[in-house]
Amino acid sequence: MSDEAVLNTKPITPPAQSLYTPFNVIAGIILIVGFIITIRRFTGGLDAVTNLNDNYPWGIWIGFDLLAGVALAAGGFVTSAAVYIFGMKRYHSAVRPAILTGFLGYALVVIALHYDVGRPWRLPYPFIAQQGTTSILFEVAACVALYLTVLFIEFSPAAMEWLGLRRARNIVVKLTMLLTIFGVILSTLHQSSLGAMFLMAPSKLHPLWYSSYLPVYFFISSIIAGLSMVIFESSLSHRYFAHKMDEAHLNEKEGIAFGFAKAAALVLFGYFAIKVVGIAMDNNWHYLTTSYGTWFLVEMLGFVALPCFLYAVGAREKNLNLIKWTSALTVFGIVLNRLNICLIAYNYHLPADEKYVPHWMEIAISLFIVTLGVVAFRFIVTRMPILYAHPDYQDEH
Amino acid sequence: MEFYTLQEFLTYTKGIAYLLIAAILVSVTGFWLFLTDRDED
Repeated sequence: MSDEAVLNTKPITPPAQSLYTPFNVIAGIILIVGFIITIRRFTGGLDAVTNLNDNYPWGIWIGFDLLAGVALAAGGFVTSAAVYIFGMKRYHSAVRPAILTGFLGYALVVIALHYDVGRPWRLPYPFIAQQGTTSILFEVAACVALYLTVLFIEFSPAAMEWLGLRRARNIVVKLTMLLTIFGVILSTLHQSSLGAMFLMAPSKLHPLWYSSYLPVYFFISSIIAGLSMVIFESSLSHRYFAHKMDEAHLNEKEGIAFGFAKAAALVLFGYFAIKVVGIAMDNNWHYLTTSYGTWFLVEMLGFVALPCFLYAVGAREKNLNLIKWTSALTVFGIVLNRLNICLIAYNYHLPADEKYVPHWMEIAISLFIVTLGVVAFRFIVTRMPILYAHPDYQDEH
Repeated sequence: MEFYTLQEFLTYTKGIAYLLIAAILVSVTGFWLFLTDRDED
């Protein structure tokens, strides 16, 4: 039999992929454990699954899932502002993945909030049954609810293209600029408000982290988080979903990484500068020689100054690998900053044995929520036109 | 450093902050040049 004849006898459909891939098995175990703990949380209360107490009413569900989650979801507004408001069209292929990451990030923040707050049916209460519109938490609730809606609408054209809803998709696309402006305003408001929440705890938060500029620090660092997450997410997507990408995505990959790295380096420089000015304004220099001061220097030098320098070198030398690793370092640094403010440097006067250490079930729920996000992201990018332009709308991008 | 009045405190901290800001403005220029001097355009 000739080679051609052998080829012709091969089945034309690819062999079915096994469900038991390492990713599916690990994600499945995490989701099952998370589901069991979820039942325990909502039937037994906070005490059944957490180490929270009167000194620490906020644990890692707020420090990591909410504060870090919101900051890391900032890529959506940063990228869409760069492309649609500042006209940097060369980054256009980064918009949809960034919007999707932002949308999933905010959706998971809201889910995580349910675990901490409980009684989910009361979620709309800030809008219908309260008298505290001057509360900073009301501002956060309103902005997060509105911005999640904005992100959903911004993401919806991809889903509509997938579902073939051409007319609805065309209407939503016409709203792009309005939604982008709305998204930037709402993000500015609630990213800074999350920092402003800690202004009510000047005696609890260590002076090196407490500052009247906390809202500014939170907002500026969210821009860094957004830029770094776009680079980080893009490098992972290129590794695992390269087969889903069209030529534009593959060609623009390096330009996006270099451009965003340069922007991140500059913003990190500014962030480091205003943090130093903050120490000077409160005359907190003497705290730098304490143990908390050492930890503060680790955060500032290891996760702000170092990534700033590495991003700059990476953008200058066009070193994509260095930029990828720096984005991971920066993302970790932002998470560390939020954990420092919410947990580690919080109640700094308490003795070590009264400090909060998260229960393993709190960590499992955080892992569960992150896994939900990864699974949802994977589901969407393998089906909808996120990493490629839909063939019916090629000319519109 | 000991402070006896708010004015003394503000004079000192603002003085340091202004010096820092001047240093930052100079260094950001250098950083920008470092960041962009190999750009093609």
